[in-house]
Amino acid sequence: MEAVSQFIQNIPLDLLLIQTVNGIVTGMILALVASGLTLIFGIMDVVNFAHGELFMMGAYLGVLVMATTGSFWLALIIATLMIAILGAALQILTLRPLIGRDPLNTILVTFGLSLILQNFALWEYGPVPRKLPEPITAHFNLFYLQYPWYRIVIAALSAAIIGGFWLYLKYGKFGIWIRATTQDRVMAQAMGIPVPWVYTGVFALGAAMAAASGVLFGPLGSINHTMGLDWVLKAFIVVVVGGMGNLGGSIAAAIFISLLEAYASIWVSPAQAVIVSFIVLILTLLFRPTGLFVATPK
Amino acid sequence: MSAAADISTEPLVRVEDVHTYYGKSHILHGVSLHVGPGEVVGLLGRNGVGKSTTLKTIMGLVQPSHGTVMLDGNAISGLPPHKLAGLGIGYVPEDRRIFRLLTVMENLRVGFDRGGVTEEKRRALLDKAFMYFPRLAERRNQAGGTLSGGEQQMLAIARAMMLEPKIILLDEPTEGLMPRMVSQIRQIIEVLHKEGVAILLVEQNVPLTLEVSQRIYIMEKGSVRHHCAASEIKVDDPVIKQYLGV
Repeated sequence: MEAVSQFIQNIPLDLLLIQTVNGIVTGMILALVASGLTLIFGIMDVVNFAHGELFMMGAYLGVLVMATTGSFWLALIIATLMIAILGAALQILTLRPLIGRDPLNTILVTFGLSLILQNFALWEYGPVPRKLPEPITAHFNLFYLQYPWYRIVIAALSAAIIGGFWLYLKYGKFGIWIRATTQDRVMAQAMGIPVPWVYTGVFALGAAMAAASGVLFGPLGSINHTMGLDWVLKAFIVVVVGGMGNLGGSIAAAIFISLLEAYASIWVSPAQAVIVSFIVLILTLLFRPTGLFVATPK
Repeated sequence: MSAAADISTEPLVRVEDVHTYYGKSHILHGVSLHVGPGEVVGLLGRNGVGKSTTLKTIMGLVQPSHGTVMLDGNAISGLPPHKLAGLGIGYVPEDRRIFRLLTVMENLRVGFDRGGVTEEKRRALLDKAFMYFPRLAERRNQAGGTLSGGEQQMLAIARAMMLEPKIILLDEPTEGLMPRMVSQIRQIIEVLHKEGVAILLVEQNVPLTLEVSQRIYIMEKGSVRHHCAASEIKVDDPVIKQYLGV
């Protein structure tokens, strides 16, 4: 008992604060990954198992563009655009023919795509992990830590991308098409909205968001052909906890779960802290299966 | 205005011997009808005789297994609905199908915000909708799902008008509405007619249909059984009793 209270007393406030910053940074990248996933699910009813691989391909393309141009920001933009085009092509070739079929078909297709992309990356780039250098190397003092500015920039950029996307959904012509299609795809068609192309556009947008997060995250870890797996698993948890297809809920859940994991890793190793997200997932499924952050179940 | 006069010129919409299935159930058994440019045509019949399915078939929402649908003399069966909307077919479904989470303005924008429509034209379309339906102007920033049934019906019609259609397929617009709303719907049908928009009107309200239509078709069991000028028939006509009497 004595030891436990001693342990708790020994948690310094600064550590909690550092973990809060860490949690928010990871949460924002996760939110960006999950937004793409939840968008594709919410509008197309497609559970995209290849989302993590689009994230991974984005990171690899980032490495390639970075190597040729030397500019991280150019790499971010080009990789995002290229993966958006890849996403559109994949949707047209594999998912469009399946519109109106059993959802199981789309699960199989996207799972198949994920295997193909993963093994393509292994074949093309080899098993040795790549690195993306941090574009901003400056640090600032956070208590006893030299905290990299780049992490703050990631969080801000992710927030900006999600915010920009939200504004686009709210006010853009294509955004209104997307929302109309989500609510009533038959009537959307009858009002002249080219629904098959809306689906393609949405898939491309989701892929672009995955790629952008892949490049942004690149400098924080190593880039390899399986890097998408961890992220997509966590993104799936976020999407379920936030309420399937609910953009705001996914963002809230991403930050919530990342913060919980960050705090948990004060006590246990980061690898063990992952358990927290599964506990949240199980509790959500048991007690609020429509999602933690859904005001009223649809 | 006689029933025969319109047939001599090419009708705007011609449905010829259309058979439609939902899965295995045979819904339309060879429906043929036509609507001339600017003409209001009533489609009467009891529930479940295939009136709505006829409209859906014209709109491309249901594909006929046999027969053709022509618009301006061109076969349009097989085209996706969004193309047909672009070609000038407006659709106001029975259950209105307002985009519930979109505001009134956004619902309308789905229609007028398309290629080739100038800013000026958009303004004009919107002004017209708000002139005919001042209630919608008041509620322009409200979500479509929060409107009353009558307001939703107005929005559904206004939304279809934003496409500047040549013909509007109007499916039971007065269903479940108060008498005051019904007379508003009647007025708007008359206004659209004056503007030269053709209307294919599916209704249960026989007096209203006879009043606003030039011609009527009566359907039973998935096919057209009677066709005449609206002026030739009265509400208490034996034909009406036979096909529509309860």
